[in-house]
Amino acid sequence: MYGKGLRALSISTVVAMAVALGLVFFYAPLEAEQGFLQKIFYLHVPLAIVALCGFVIGGLLAIQHLRTRDPRWDMRSYVAIHMSLIFAVATLITGAIWAKGSWGHWWVWNEPTLVSFLIVFLLYATYQPLRFAIEDPERQSRYASVFAVTAGAFVPMNFIAVRLSTAYLHPRVLGGTSNLPGSMAFTFLISLIAMALLYATLCKYELTAKHTRAQVRALRRRLAGQAETARRPRSAAPTLTAGALPTHSAAGSEA
Amino acid sequence: MALPLAELPALPLHEAGKYVAGAYVVLFVLVLIYVAIMALRLSRIERELGELLELSQAAAPAPEAESLPARESTLA
Repeated sequence: MYGKGLRALSISTVVAMAVALGLVFFYAPLEAEQGFLQKIFYLHVPLAIVALCGFVIGGLLAIQHLRTRDPRWDMRSYVAIHMSLIFAVATLITGAIWAKGSWGHWWVWNEPTLVSFLIVFLLYATYQPLRFAIEDPERQSRYASVFAVTAGAFVPMNFIAVRLSTAYLHPRVLGGTSNLPGSMAFTFLISLIAMALLYATLCKYELTAKHTRAQVRALRRRLAGQAETARRPRSAAPTLTAGALPTHSAAGSEA
Repeated sequence: MALPLAELPALPLHEAGKYVAGAYVVLFVLVLIYVAIMALRLSRIERELGELLELSQAAAPAPEAESLPARESTLA
């Protein structure tokens, strides 16, 4: 189900990453103000954009879950947010490295972009504990979806608020006052595509692994003659029931 | 502390290189950790599938055998 097209996606990601790295280090010119240090932006900014978009996608998938009550949408929303959290960690670390090289400090508290991203990260860092705190799977998925929708709406609002703030200390890559020249913009675009592909590939891997695990568990229960509602280990991750496993199962049958 | 970027001098290559390398290594390490976790999961699924194969092979002649309830209880 989820494994379909995984090989093509993986190959595309590897090729895109290789091309992006080649462009960053051999094609894009050195930036006049920051020099070689600016190369971090081709990594840091796409990571941040993909992470934030992933949070919003997680919210959209959660809306679909709330509409249909199909646990597969909850699983997709969970994986999107889970992967975005990993990308957000990478964003914060690479941003701190850039700040140290550029400003001489690992973190600057009066920079709105940095602090707002940290707030978004900390908000989503509560997602997994929230899920784990609720034992009933149905209630867990419903509450998690409500959280994902609310937090997902907060992300673009937060982004707009930062854009409207007057302190433009953080370099603007897209729009604003410092538009990139052609070669840099092209390199950035390829880096963004490569990062989006990496995100999509890792999400697909995660979904495939979880789906396969659920299938194995269902098969084990069937062989052991256990009921579908048999014991479920407490987990933050959503559990797919056997009814949700076949690709052609009716949506909404798990409510 | 929060100087405008235009006032900050560009770091020389030998000094900026370590920061750039550090940033790219961070992503590489994170992906590597993820791949390692996925490999562990895959090996666990493979082991479980092996166990299930043994279970199904053991359960195959079950209809002919008379001790079916006893066998089922050991599987649970």
